[in-house]
Amino acid sequence: MSNSNRMSKALVRRETMAGYAFMIPSLIFFLGFVIYPMIQCVITSFFDSTMNRADIFVGIGNYVELFQDSVFLGALKNTVIIVVVSVPVTCIFSLWVSSVIYNLKEPFCSIFRCIFYLPVVTGSVAVTVVWKWMFNNYYGIFNYVGKSLGILDKNINWLGDERFALGCIILILLTTSVGQPIVLYVSALNNVDQSLVEAAEVDGATKFQCFWRIKWPQIMPTTLYILVITTINSFQCFALIQLLTSGGPNHSTDTIMYYIYYNAFKLYRYGYGNAMGVVLAVIIAVLSGIQFKVTKSD
Amino acid sequence: MNKTFNRSKCYRIVSIVIITILAIGFAFPLYWIVTGSFKTASAINATTPQWWPEEFVLDNYQKLFSRQTAPLWELHIPFTNISFAGPVVPAAIRWLVNTVFMAVVSMLLTCATAAMAGYALAKKRFIGRTLVFTLIVCAMALPKQVILIPLLREMSALNLYNTLWAAILPIVGWPFGVFLIKQFAEGIPGEMMEAARIDGASEWKTFSEIALPMLKPGIGALAIFTFINSWNDYFMQLIMLTSTSNLTISLGIAKLQAENATDFGLIMAGAALAAIPIIIVFLIFQKYFTKGITMGAVKG
Amino acid sequence: MKYRKIMALALTACMVFPVSAFAESETTDITLWTYPVGSWGDSAVVDGLIANFNEVYPNINVTVEYLDYTNGDDQVNTAIEGGQAPDIVFEGPERLVANWGAKGLMVDLADLWTDEAKEAIYDSVEAACQNNEGVFYEYPLCMTAHTMAINREIFEAADALQYLDEETRTWTTENFVKAVEAVYASGQENVAAIYCNGQGGDQGTRALINNLYGGTFTNAEHTEYTVNSEENIKALELLTSMDGINIDASITGGDEIQLFCNGTLAMAFCWNIAQEVNNAESISFDVLPMAFPSENGEPQLCGGIWGFGIFDNGDEAKIEAAKTFIDFMANDETQAVESVKASSYWPVKDLGNIYEGDELKTEYALFTDYMGDYYQVVGGWAEARTAWWNMLQQIGSGTDIATAVEEFATTANAAAAAAQ
Repeated sequence: MSNSNRMSKALVRRETMAGYAFMIPSLIFFLGFVIYPMIQCVITSFFDSTMNRADIFVGIGNYVELFQDSVFLGALKNTVIIVVVSVPVTCIFSLWVSSVIYNLKEPFCSIFRCIFYLPVVTGSVAVTVVWKWMFNNYYGIFNYVGKSLGILDKNINWLGDERFALGCIILILLTTSVGQPIVLYVSALNNVDQSLVEAAEVDGATKFQCFWRIKWPQIMPTTLYILVITTINSFQCFALIQLLTSGGPNHSTDTIMYYIYYNAFKLYRYGYGNAMGVVLAVIIAVLSGIQFKVTKSD
Repeated sequence: MNKTFNRSKCYRIVSIVIITILAIGFAFPLYWIVTGSFKTASAINATTPQWWPEEFVLDNYQKLFSRQTAPLWELHIPFTNISFAGPVVPAAIRWLVNTVFMAVVSMLLTCATAAMAGYALAKKRFIGRTLVFTLIVCAMALPKQVILIPLLREMSALNLYNTLWAAILPIVGWPFGVFLIKQFAEGIPGEMMEAARIDGASEWKTFSEIALPMLKPGIGALAIFTFINSWNDYFMQLIMLTSTSNLTISLGIAKLQAENATDFGLIMAGAALAAIPIIIVFLIFQKYFTKGITMGAVKG
Repeated sequence: MKYRKIMALALTACMVFPVSAFAESETTDITLWTYPVGSWGDSAVVDGLIANFNEVYPNINVTVEYLDYTNGDDQVNTAIEGGQAPDIVFEGPERLVANWGAKGLMVDLADLWTDEAKEAIYDSVEAACQNNEGVFYEYPLCMTAHTMAINREIFEAADALQYLDEETRTWTTENFVKAVEAVYASGQENVAAIYCNGQGGDQGTRALINNLYGGTFTNAEHTEYTVNSEENIKALELLTSMDGINIDASITGGDEIQLFCNGTLAMAFCWNIAQEVNNAESISFDVLPMAFPSENGEPQLCGGIWGFGIFDNGDEAKIEAAKTFIDFMANDETQAVESVKASSYWPVKDLGNIYEGDELKTEYALFTDYMGDYYQVVGGWAEARTAWWNMLQQIGSGTDIATAVEEFATTANAAAAAAQ
């Protein structure tokens, strides 16, 4: 900034002092409870660390083992599936809902927005509890409805069947993640410059062209933000799995997040768990970078 | 022209119908929680679901409240043996109190620290600023769960394990707030601060009287974010809290579910207790919620 | 201005809210974590027991936490890592000896195992409470035989009671198959579920599989897992081929019990007397506890032994206080009876007939005769159990049985070898 060039030395010192003074409270928490544990995480990932025993240095042993561990690779695959399915679906679904409801008369738009936001507010634990009941093998509502509509001829063990469990998890995840994007898209669509839209309509543009050429570029920043937060959310999916399937059946719903927990608190393999954490962090960092690049250059 | 008009109208009506059906689906779990909590045990386990409870009973709530008990609040003065405790209430009530405490304190601490730091990052030039900012951006994308093991050890070393602080501090440390406020603070015109400086205002005064009022919308958005996130946070709490009197409502219901596998009535009563307060808060502040969320996105 | 107020408020909150849970004072504070062993999971009952204790030892203050079998282990494990393991934990040898004891986290209870105690306590129990080197990590209180149970009404309606011996409560594998077929044919779609979501209750599924064709879970020396034996494979093949029995990865043992109690399932594998006592309210039919079916009709039931273990938290005073507590609960003449009764199981030494005239107890006492080898002391218990659930899940999803049991044996034996 050109301003700072003109500042006197005393001023610069004052600025620096003030800058740090304002930063300190936040830095204490940030360094203490985020950066320090992260460093610890990376360090421990090179050790065989378990309960009640001194850590043993194993070099990259944990990492080598990781990529030979079929359960970890399966968990990685499941995590990727969750992200790859839920991120685009969330974005497209919420954009579609928003595009329909954003110009509805009040209070309808608000009511819809509110309802789609409800599962977010309700919280994953309470939501999970009721979903578990609805998916129940013996008297769940899905089986009941399916059977009475004649779609199913036999009860399906939704959460206990390898073929369906991950799908069920993704479905629940979707319901808890579209709320925020819808709110965002509704407001973004309302902020689209109407004069441009009208001008295009006069020029005979179709609805679709109108949307694609004029509205889409304007809501691009919102889309970018939504992509980023949904990706982060999808990676963090843990409560659903811990409460519903514990990673089963047959590891078909294991995600990296759950597998870290599993290794840490069921098998006491802290170093190994930390190595997974590091790998996950690297993956997310790379992904976020790519997402950012791609959407920016568009 | 007319044809396309009709087609688009048709599309719109069909869409609205589909969305209405979906909306019913979205509201259903909540409906099912609330009605389920008033159903009798046999109604709940009936193979043919009772869409509307034939008989309303309070048994489930009674059971929920007669389970364990805990003091309403506890106060311990650090470095002494003096502690105070409130009247004994059902543990579920204590869990609510804990959750409110945790969410409010996280919110206040996050807003306070983030407001100052975000302001400094945007408006102060100091050595290391770029480094700090880069760190913040990098850390933001990371799921905080990956650091659970070191964090657990750290909390244990600080003697904070199994206290609400162990769940609060990592939330406060999460740098999203700083990032958000920084984006807002960029918008504070430099001239106003210059003018204040020329008037001889102290740094603190410049911050509190000029910057802070302009950051208000951002802080509001952040407050709402943090509140909901910490209310619904589950993972940190699961790792950090163990004793009955330190549980939060999310953990409490999870525990309830583990202990009473299929007593769905009881579990629904717990879930309702967890969901209703936050939903009421949401409905009251709905306008601010949506505003806050949008603002956070636009600036973030 | 407002801002400063908020800051001040936040800071005050920081200062005063609960920080450390354990304050030092003249009384010794100890924590007891109990698993739901009968009514030892019920705060009203346990409060009564502790009140008795405090009448004699007013200087020891016991705080109780109640664990469940779903998350209890994780909770203890996190607490250990968080540096706040409980002082006393109330559970069985598989956790106290084979898991936490093997990890060096428990206190040697040699003081409590006096010659007198060794004399009084049954030999099989004594053997289970120590590791291979003879270090005692558990001081036992009560025991029972894990059984299965059937819904007598459903069986009667299906005319399946003919396949079992109501007198001895035994049946042969052949008759078991016939009975399940009859119940299934009578329209009961879900006869039984082999639950395998995870966590507790594994003994039920193990006992079922082992008994069907006389297989074993470990070798006689308790050093190696033998699930991959021919007998066990045959049993699993039989179970997967039966209509009405599902390997259900969506439910845990606790879920299974409740599904049985509310009449959804006609059989429960995760059963013992405490289940019938605790669920009395929700059971509206006649429960018939049964031994697991075996080829020759001579079942080998899995025993459950519950007792106390002490975590080594490095505080001598607390360890002493914990020992005092255990001694009182398990050895005090009048208290011991009450402590055992709270569990609804049987004492581990001769306390006379503590359930005089109780019909239900007499009914269940029958199963003590069928008690088999107590094998849950093999090392690597935590790993073996997770592998066990996973093996069942694999079989449930159609993996070849021989492959799945082989994988279990490899994983579990590796863990057992590592623990030696």
